[in-house]
Amino acid sequence: MFFETVRLALSSIRRNALRSFLTLLGIVIGVGAVIAMITIGNGTTQKVRADISKLGSNLLTVRSGQPALPGSTGAKARDFVQKDVSALKANQTNVKAVSATSQKSQRIVYGTESLTATVTGTDPDFLIVRDWLITEGRIFTDQETRGGIAVCVIGETVRKQFFGTGDPLGTIIRVGRVNCPVVGLLEPKGTSGFGQDQDNVVLMPLEAFQRRVSGNNDVQTIYVSAEDASSPSEVQSRIELVMRDIRKIGTDEEDDFNVRDQAQMVTAMTSTMSTMTGMMSAIAGVSLLVGGIGIMNIMLVSVTERTREIGIRLAIGAHERHILTQFIVEATVLSLIGGLIGIALGLSLAALASYLFAIPFQPSLSVILMAAGFSAMIGLVFGFFPALRGARLDPIEALRHE
Amino acid sequence: MPAPFIAFTDLWKSYGEGEARVNALAGVNLTINRGEFVAIMGPSGSGKSTAMNIIGCLDTPSEGTYSFAGLDAGRLDRERRATLRNHYIGFVFQGYNLLARTSAIDNVELPLIYRGVGRAERRLRAEEALELVGLSDRVTHTPAELSGGQQQRVAIARAIVTKPTLLVADEPTGNLDTARTYEIMHLLARLNEDNGLTIAMVTHEADVAQYGRRIVKFVDGKIASDDVIHRKVA
Repeated sequence: MFFETVRLALSSIRRNALRSFLTLLGIVIGVGAVIAMITIGNGTTQKVRADISKLGSNLLTVRSGQPALPGSTGAKARDFVQKDVSALKANQTNVKAVSATSQKSQRIVYGTESLTATVTGTDPDFLIVRDWLITEGRIFTDQETRGGIAVCVIGETVRKQFFGTGDPLGTIIRVGRVNCPVVGLLEPKGTSGFGQDQDNVVLMPLEAFQRRVSGNNDVQTIYVSAEDASSPSEVQSRIELVMRDIRKIGTDEEDDFNVRDQAQMVTAMTSTMSTMTGMMSAIAGVSLLVGGIGIMNIMLVSVTERTREIGIRLAIGAHERHILTQFIVEATVLSLIGGLIGIALGLSLAALASYLFAIPFQPSLSVILMAAGFSAMIGLVFGFFPALRGARLDPIEALRHE
Repeated sequence: MPAPFIAFTDLWKSYGEGEARVNALAGVNLTINRGEFVAIMGPSGSGKSTAMNIIGCLDTPSEGTYSFAGLDAGRLDRERRATLRNHYIGFVFQGYNLLARTSAIDNVELPLIYRGVGRAERRLRAEEALELVGLSDRVTHTPAELSGGQQQRVAIARAIVTKPTLLVADEPTGNLDTARTYEIMHLLARLNEDNGLTIAMVTHEADVAQYGRRIVKFVDGKIASDDVIHRKVA
């Protein structure tokens, strides 16, 4: 009996293939979006985790301000200045390296070619804290760093764009309005967990960056690399003490900066990620609701169109529940098909994204099953009212229907 | 004396309220015994269709009683009447009322599906019914591929596949030409004679009515005449 009903539903859906497909679009888009979102989100989270753990647990990141919490004023805290950095460098034990950085997205020109890259003003210790290597040439000398001399170390993407197979060392590129000789080439790092090309970078001495690119004395991020044997949390509290002191923060005042180790970075990023996924899923949920209403609409049309058929069925002895089941199964099968197409679409999108942004493809079986179940449920819920309308028809009236 | 198979007792059926109230049936008394072939005639609006709907348990009386096979069928709820129709009553309509784009055999099987008969037995019984109406060679044809007469024979097969005790036919030959009418009426007469099937048939054609054994004429919601007739054909 149930098999008959499903067969009946399928043949009725096939009979109105175009109409059924259009009805399904809402469900397809909704389910597709959710699946793509969650799958990409999972992959990204995994990639971010891997990236961050690659940096090692002994890297501490010092940023100004406090992480924005829901309901916080989000008031901008003071950026760091060179004084803060010097204080950190002077007052540390168990620390391998301290590196101050500022970043800006900037147009880079060489000859007739140009591209937009992340320009980072920093010091030689940047390579230590970020565990990065120079493959050709050198990093800036201490003299260049202190003197604020504009020299550049470029990432792989920049090299490829400008020099192809040629040798970049010694050539002069233009960073914003600054002419800058290339002195070194960075080891390729690939794409980050957020799909950012980590090799699309130009490093230059912080002084030179502040004076000639950013135009201010701010230091955005200070990286502190603790000694391997030391305890990061001890180093972290030490940093907090030093910073509170140098930034003259009263005992009753809160920190206007934050220090995080990599585990905390992972947590912060994962939570950002899941907030984003959640928001996107909510939007996709609206699409599912609209899809459900579409199904209800088309089922009402279907019931009206088939009034006579319902009349025949009732006359020859179908019970209300038979008609009810018939149309609910039809709506459920319809929306389940939409869900399955959506799952296929979402997974394809996620696979494409993982290919494009070099993140792992992480389909989750539980999410897929949930999406399938949810789409079937939409059919069940939104198919119920039209089905009930069909089942409650008066057989005599229904038979008279043209 | 056993209770009659079908009995209307002072049966009324009204539509509308107050001033607009119309009595489709106004105090009808009628009995039909098992094995009878009754033709019901009358002008439109005479109440004959209403009477047929009540006989077929599709409708219920406003007042009075309708007894079917000893049951107070006029007081049964919708679902019970559906069961009754499924088990004891077969329907043949003027417009055939087959499911479109559905093969003859699937159409014939339909009542058995609602009765919960298994697939293999359904197929067997549907084939038997189609054979009885002479359509063994058309089982997989859809209504669109069948002539009007053939469609009506599929409808008859569907009506008798449940082995009902009553066949309700509403203008069964209304859409057919003379030759097809003859075929269909012969088939019905044979089912009545050979299988003892009770038939109640609405028609407005006098020569079609002649195939019955009894003609009941309705006028203005009442029975105007009720005559036993001689069979036109043996």
